[in-house]
Amino acid sequence: MYGNAYIDTTEKPAGILEGEDPQRLQEFEARVARGEKIEPKDWMPREYRKQLIRMIEQHGHSEIIGALPEGTWITRAPGFKRKLALMAKVQDEVGHAQLLYSAAETLGKTREAMINDLITGKSKYSNVFNYPAYTWADACIIAWLIDAGAIINQVANAKGSYGPYGRALDRICTEESFHLKYGHDNVVTLATGTPKQREMVQAALTRWWPPIMHFFGPSDKISSHTEILMRWKVKMATNDDMRQQFLNMYVPKIWDLGLNVPDVNLKKNEDGKWDYTEPDWEEFKRVINGGGPCNAERLAVRRMAEERGRWVRNALNTSDAKYVAPFA
Amino acid sequence: MIKSLDPRVIRAAIEDSNPIEPLKEMDQWETYEVFHQKKRGDQHMHVGIVHAPNTEMALLFGKEQFGRRGISVNIWVVKTRDVFTTDYEDSDIFETIPEKQYREAGGYKVMDKINKFKKGLGPKD
Repeated sequence: MYGNAYIDTTEKPAGILEGEDPQRLQEFEARVARGEKIEPKDWMPREYRKQLIRMIEQHGHSEIIGALPEGTWITRAPGFKRKLALMAKVQDEVGHAQLLYSAAETLGKTREAMINDLITGKSKYSNVFNYPAYTWADACIIAWLIDAGAIINQVANAKGSYGPYGRALDRICTEESFHLKYGHDNVVTLATGTPKQREMVQAALTRWWPPIMHFFGPSDKISSHTEILMRWKVKMATNDDMRQQFLNMYVPKIWDLGLNVPDVNLKKNEDGKWDYTEPDWEEFKRVINGGGPCNAERLAVRRMAEERGRWVRNALNTSDAKYVAPFA
Repeated sequence: MIKSLDPRVIRAAIEDSNPIEPLKEMDQWETYEVFHQKKRGDQHMHVGIVHAPNTEMALLFGKEQFGRRGISVNIWVVKTRDVFTTDYEDSDIFETIPEKQYREAGGYKVMDKINKFKKGLGPKD
């Protein structure tokens, strides 16, 4: 699941291309325009490398941190079959982080540096995981709708220009199809169950709707920065387009179950676009900058895992090992 | 102590402030390239990398990472630093002249000759 990364397009766009060799830049852009993939050792603009590292790394962190609210419910899953399924899903997510970190490493940032930036709070991860999973129904809503949002994002990004990221996403998307079905099945079970179960799943949907709407990030103004990143096939769709696609695919499925989406303005227009209440972006900023209910806990748990696992890694060290960045 | 809705986090008894030493270089070990075989008789194919302290662990991680969906019957690993590669910069080494029909099956039109011969129009010696 889970992948999405926020590219801050409000950053000063001036100077993005400053100092780049115009001929190499032109060759690079022509190659991307032809649909060719860029590989790690190829020449690439500085900004291309920088944004890709940031995006892929954030995506990897989201997989790791996202496993925490879902993992919460492994010990208390209702029934053995669901426990097994949830364990398999969480294992997949951690595996996705491994794939993504490897892809980011090909761009020159080591895994240690990425983990350090996560645990010190320097790097971000998907904001939705700064909220807790209060009940089993929350875990079901995450598995269905957050994964659904992530798939929309990942399918788009898999067609991007950077070879290693695309290959990792292809593999990830294959596994996601199980997650989506698993999540849907769980939500349907609750929604078609007893009044108590329906109440639980409705409460979870109501809690998760604002974070879900935040998931794709704020509207991206069509800045020259966004334009360049889209031309380079780093960013494959605008945040608003992805949000629209999500609403179009999933709101009807939610309504099918007789569940209520907590937004009175939500409706589909004749032109096929959805109207919705503008998400609270101040809340989004507050949470992403550390003010959410679980930010401190997530990072504390991550640090604990690094620290308490360190002796095992040290015990396995061999003296002749030497790091070489992966080739592909 | 960190407060949490997760009983596992409560049991872990994590201090409120638990700064740790940053990970040092090689904390996550070096990388191994992983190749898997989908079924007996197929070629092994490159599927990605794992970080591991030794080949034994690399095989274990390779199996968990790439073979856990029952799509592999065999895995190879090799240290990334032991792989030698050509450079995309030098991709001209793969270029060749276009007139190399002589080394392709389509470059040989024997049936044309046989049919011509059968019709009795073949060359006389």
